[in-house]
Amino acid sequence: MPAEARKGVQFRALVGELGISIALVIEIALFAILSPYFFTAENILNVTLQTSITAIIAAGMTFVILTGGIDLSVGALVAMSGVIATTILKLDYSFGVVFPLALLVGVIVGMFSGSVAGMFITKFHITPFIVTLALMTVWRGAAYMFTDGRPVWGLPDAFSFLGSGRVFSVPVPTIIMVAVFILAYIVLTKTRFGRYVYAVGGNTEAARLAGIETNKILFIVYMISGGLAALSGVLLASRMNSGQPNAGLMYELDVIAAVVVGGGSLYGGKGSIVGTFIGAMLIGVLRNGLNLLNINSYIQMVVLGCVILLAVMLDQWRTRKFS
Amino acid sequence: MSALLQMNGIRKQYPGVLALNDVSFGLNAGEVHCLLGENGAGKSTLMKVLAGALSKDSGSILIDGKEVDLASPADAQHNGIGMIYQDFKLVPELSVAENVLLGSEPRRGNSPFIDFRSMHEKVRSVLAQLGEEIPTTAVVSSLSTAQRQIVEIAKALSKNVRILAMDEPSAALTEKELQNLFTVIRRLKSEGVGIIYISHRLEEIFEIGDRVTILRDGAFVHSCPIKEVDRRSLVRWMVGRELESEYPKLSLEQGNEVLRIEHLDAGMLKDINLSVYRGEILGFAGLVGAGRSELARVIFGADPKEKGKIYLDGKEIAPSSPRQAIDLGIGLLTEDRNKFGLIMQMSVRENISLSNLREVLKGLFVNRSRENEVAERFKNELRIKTPSIEQEVEHLSGGNRQKVVLARWLFTKSKLLLFDEPTSGIDVGVKYEIYNLINQLAKEGIGVVVISSDLPELLGISDRVVVMHEGKITGTMKRKDATQEHVMTLATGGALEVGSAG
Repeated sequence: MPAEARKGVQFRALVGELGISIALVIEIALFAILSPYFFTAENILNVTLQTSITAIIAAGMTFVILTGGIDLSVGALVAMSGVIATTILKLDYSFGVVFPLALLVGVIVGMFSGSVAGMFITKFHITPFIVTLALMTVWRGAAYMFTDGRPVWGLPDAFSFLGSGRVFSVPVPTIIMVAVFILAYIVLTKTRFGRYVYAVGGNTEAARLAGIETNKILFIVYMISGGLAALSGVLLASRMNSGQPNAGLMYELDVIAAVVVGGGSLYGGKGSIVGTFIGAMLIGVLRNGLNLLNINSYIQMVVLGCVILLAVMLDQWRTRKFS
Repeated sequence: MSALLQMNGIRKQYPGVLALNDVSFGLNAGEVHCLLGENGAGKSTLMKVLAGALSKDSGSILIDGKEVDLASPADAQHNGIGMIYQDFKLVPELSVAENVLLGSEPRRGNSPFIDFRSMHEKVRSVLAQLGEEIPTTAVVSSLSTAQRQIVEIAKALSKNVRILAMDEPSAALTEKELQNLFTVIRRLKSEGVGIIYISHRLEEIFEIGDRVTILRDGAFVHSCPIKEVDRRSLVRWMVGRELESEYPKLSLEQGNEVLRIEHLDAGMLKDINLSVYRGEILGFAGLVGAGRSELARVIFGADPKEKGKIYLDGKEIAPSSPRQAIDLGIGLLTEDRNKFGLIMQMSVRENISLSNLREVLKGLFVNRSRENEVAERFKNELRIKTPSIEQEVEHLSGGNRQKVVLARWLFTKSKLLLFDEPTSGIDVGVKYEIYNLINQLAKEGIGVVVISSDLPELLGISDRVVVMHEGKITGTMKRKDATQEHVMTLATGGALEVGSAG
């Protein structure tokens, strides 16, 4: 490739790298001008709180999408883990016993679902889209079955700390989200496993022939995705102070949007955890800002859709190489 | 008699490669003209030019003595040219009739509706012309390879083809199906269709051909009636060039046996027996599809074996995944590095360390300074031309990509390295570097297996040559006994004359 063309690619890559952050900055500036309340510490923390649930799931989805897969079951898992955790919380033991148990069992349900997905994908070679679509239906149905379609009420008061509490005025879900993202960042960029995730998504067969146990990697990424979705489910149950079988409806789409807006490619091999974080925030800020401006939710959906298209277009433009 | 087709002085230049250099080719009505040459000799390029799929740089094409411009596949079709590729261009879920008339379906008057009755009638009559009885309602995916081929031929005929080119039509046929195909070809001949027949199997050419043209390295070598040639001269024309000193060679002492295979069966592979010794380069010769890559993949644990034993350093092994094979000390440089070797979006550094990350781990984490060191070392040692080790490999040239894959396997410190077409698509300078490197590995006591379809190269670098044909080993010979004629004879399924075997 001639030097000039390469420069062009590098320039575009740079714009793209920054592009999504620039878009976020512009967006924040815009809302700051339009709404005096927007750029206050309280509101910013609020945005992170509102975004935390989907952002945590998006961190897990990033692993899956990096391998070239997709996990549609996350929204239903939010509901399933929520109703299971809340049911456990109502057991007749002290909070010190039921709380860790609820959290643990909730997350295990998610990881179990991920391992089922991993098995169907790697052993029976069914595409991730279909496997997780089926699991989505299974878990949503199971959540309704489990609760008879009624929310689980009457939870211990202490439970609400997880979703609604604050530590030095920072919402607990925000802290958890930051912790998850730091951990995911370290795993993806600093460990052998992280490297393998990118390699599997970049070229599965080449990765296998380079000695990577690709099936194992796929298994683990779906377990991560399922586990984080379930963690979010418990957080959401705490925020709503109930286990709702219809919680997390359509979350999978918000989550996928966050990853894709953050530069993740559905073909795999491309994307980053930082990108996903910014993508999730971009969508969260947009929602928050439009709410503050009293723009109705129907219009919000249209705007959100357009923003997703624009973001992906920007990404296409930066990765276009020769033509 | 004016020729049906005359291609004169066809020239096609690719960046860095002259694919066709002033090639001429003629075809008469009712003639089967065979086109011969090694892989990369320019046969496919010439056929693509004829089919309008590639534009020529210079030269002329005449049909019935009139110059034609074949700028697109549609132009070629209008001029009565049909092409049957090795991988058929059929829609598997449509019926035979729908496939044959795809794009020219008869309609009910001027309506958008297909007239199925006349469609099936038409296709039935075309098939009858071929002497074939395939139900026109059958879905193509339910047909055998041979039947699909007939559908392809019918498709060409329905478009009033007068020139039909067939690229390795026999590749997937049984002997009986092949005879049936020949019957169809003879029928077409008698109707005045000119046929261009490309095949690696020389015996077929003698059976069905009228005339033969040989290409080599993009140039015309020879053309004559089949009756005037024998097998030996065909092979000599095909492989042609004398061995030059473009292949550096060390003479090394054969060491201990590093790999032994006994009675191995796997997929197409039947009863494979061989040994590889330390300090030698063992060459695998054969035509594309002879089973050489398949064998390498089985040794490497990428594909399962059905029967037989594999010994590494005298110990029986049964790797069931590439990871296990690598841990045992086996490395495989795959053919098609872009598809099976490299992770394109990853950097030079990441691609080099990929198979042996544990070497650069520090606890749970990848030690970047150590990893950089390794990548820099190989970049310098192998002279990988890249602005930095952080460059994504997709921006490197073919030769440098191959060096990155080589670096990966050097870093794994294997006992046995399998090279599958290590120099394909690489320019001469880098080839030489790769030969030297392979020599160096052998000198260090690593068992080296090289698969190559470039016969002069293979004979130039190997200490021993194993020849494969249709999944079987048809011969093993020492360097001094391995002539191109011997190897090509064995590789095309022929037997050596008594006394000439190594």
